[in-house]
Amino acid sequence: MTPPNGGDAAGRRLLARLNPGVGGWQVAAATVVTVAAALGLSALLIAVTGGSPSASVQALYRGSMASPAAWSNSLLYVAPLLLVAVGACVSARSGFFNIGQEGQVLIGALAGAWVGLRLALPGPLLLIVVLLAALLASGGWAGLSALMYRFRGVNVVVSTLLMTFLAQQLVSFAVNTPWLLQESRLGTGVVSPQSNPLPEGGRLGSFGDYPNLQINGGLILAILLAVALSLAMTRTRWGFRLKMLGLNPVTAKHAGVRVGALGGMALAISGAFAGLAGAMLLTSPVGSHRLQPGMSLNIGWDGLLVALVARNNPLLAIPVAVLFGVLRAGGSFLAATGVPSFLVDVVKALLVLAFVAPPVVIGMRRRRRAGTQTAGTPPPAAGMPTPITPATDPAVPGSDENAMEGKLA
Amino acid sequence: MSAADNIATILSSGARLTIPLAFAACGEYVAQRAGTLNISVEAMMLGAAFGSIAVASATGSATIGLAAGALIGVLIAVVHANLSHRAQINTFVVGLVLNALVLGLTSYLITISTFTGHQVGRVDIPVLRDIPIIGPMLFVQRWPAYLLLIAIPLTWWLVERSRWGLELRAVGENPQAADVSGIKVNHRRRQALLFCGLLAGLGGAYLAVGEVGSFNQNMTAGRGYLVIAAVIFGAWRLGRTMIGCAVFGLADAMRLALPSLGITVNSQLLIAAPYLLALLAMLIFATAHREPRALAQPFQRGTT
Repeated sequence: MTPPNGGDAAGRRLLARLNPGVGGWQVAAATVVTVAAALGLSALLIAVTGGSPSASVQALYRGSMASPAAWSNSLLYVAPLLLVAVGACVSARSGFFNIGQEGQVLIGALAGAWVGLRLALPGPLLLIVVLLAALLASGGWAGLSALMYRFRGVNVVVSTLLMTFLAQQLVSFAVNTPWLLQESRLGTGVVSPQSNPLPEGGRLGSFGDYPNLQINGGLILAILLAVALSLAMTRTRWGFRLKMLGLNPVTAKHAGVRVGALGGMALAISGAFAGLAGAMLLTSPVGSHRLQPGMSLNIGWDGLLVALVARNNPLLAIPVAVLFGVLRAGGSFLAATGVPSFLVDVVKALLVLAFVAPPVVIGMRRRRRAGTQTAGTPPPAAGMPTPITPATDPAVPGSDENAMEGKLA
Repeated sequence: MSAADNIATILSSGARLTIPLAFAACGEYVAQRAGTLNISVEAMMLGAAFGSIAVASATGSATIGLAAGALIGVLIAVVHANLSHRAQINTFVVGLVLNALVLGLTSYLITISTFTGHQVGRVDIPVLRDIPIIGPMLFVQRWPAYLLLIAIPLTWWLVERSRWGLELRAVGENPQAADVSGIKVNHRRRQALLFCGLLAGLGGAYLAVGEVGSFNQNMTAGRGYLVIAAVIFGAWRLGRTMIGCAVFGLADAMRLALPSLGITVNSQLLIAAPYLLALLAMLIFATAHREPRALAQPFQRGTT
């Protein structure tokens, strides 16, 4: 039983991690260059297609950062993005790579809407129940993938991906079925496929004493959870085991970690976070407080990208999620100026590449140089135990990781 | 309409929906046998669909558009292969980013440009097309559909009978052993991915210049993921993968056709069916160990 991403690279991989990592400054410099290149490429794209890059940037800025109202709008997107990203950090760290967040967001929203519309509970209690229902439902949904892996060896990446499409159809089915979520619809014939709105008591409040700046309660909850999970991952025995499992499943197994249980739990946790993000869409003003087929707004996919850029670090995910929230809010504003908001998706994808590539590429060049120098053979890194960057974590190996392996050895 | 006519209609529209899937599935099959779980097949199909219409519109020839589509599939494969096999970035990460990039790029470009529609010619074989029920399915298709008659046997021969395929399978099963016996693992995987790009591009281009004749935003709509499901459903055998594509295509055709026949089948269930089937197939066949053993595992020299 090894996680889907890990092989039995075993001890060699462990030793490789002890080698000095990629230089931090070099990565930072390369990142600046690649990000500039990504932005330049985006500007070029606008210019080539007949737009004005500066006008587009101004529109982006005005829609997302120029005023307190714009900031409120940007920050609304941050909470669900951050929640998905934090969950993705956990699963990626364990080596059980979850890519089904888009579906898990929907399942969370479905469960939240169902509970919120069925139960007649007073104000804040209803909100808590909605959030809990979403969390448990999505955790269970992702847990199914864990079970399929544990008992039948089904590839986690594949099963989480396939289950995304099942979730989409499940939500579509739910909103199209009158007895499930539309019990009080009007008798006027055509009904758009969506649920009834969530009652007032089941909505997250905003804190808005500052001039026009509204901070939704969801953002605070998301940041608290990110900090809590970051602490759990770096300071607890559970976090240590998780990291060990992700870095080297075979060693983890020999050290007494129950691979299936721990990895499955990580998968369920990542699903639960995505479900919470779904509930956030339902209870904060991002959505329209209704369950709708397209309500996930690609938050699941984007949250995954946030985690990638943050290199699976929940704390780092906070600023990255803010960046993505700003791009989202700015993107919808951009559309009003005539430039299609799809451009923002291009910029986002290029930015992700710009952030992800440098450490990997620099590491590769180093290995190549080291290989040619020591072995004296022309092909790159011939036969040398080379420093390996774990596939899901192209981060600079920090001191704490080396310390951990010291303990292991 | 008689029952036979209805069946003939569903079968022929099922065949039309199957063809793009079948092309891409051939490619995805090769990539997976080499150990790459290629998620960017969606990007390859979508990019190719856009490119084929754009080029067809510029040159006035749907055939050139088809070729351009295949080329774009290869280009996306080149990017994917370099990032995931050369730079060793997680292959799912690369796939997801490429899918997002191509979806955004094509959606952006189609909103700011206008293309004229183009379609490749239809082959209509006079006598055979009148065979009841299967005639319209087999003998009235756009001409590139018949390229499948080359693509499928060629793929099978390449993977199962050629030396290249033997090495390819070795790379997918046990890259360390393959490496020791002198096969360049990541080199082979790159080649497999390029092959995948070519066929996925052909499939995507067929969707655009073959079936629809124009490009709509996100016109592949998850067909790339369906292709991945088909390969899994086929338990990494080419024949079964093709059967999987046919089942998925037929389910799609039924979804479109049944309401007009007055039969109410839950449309959500029919859309979800392929994914559900693929999951069930995995659950049932997982113990048979048909999966390439190094599937989705990156390879780097000197790590084992």
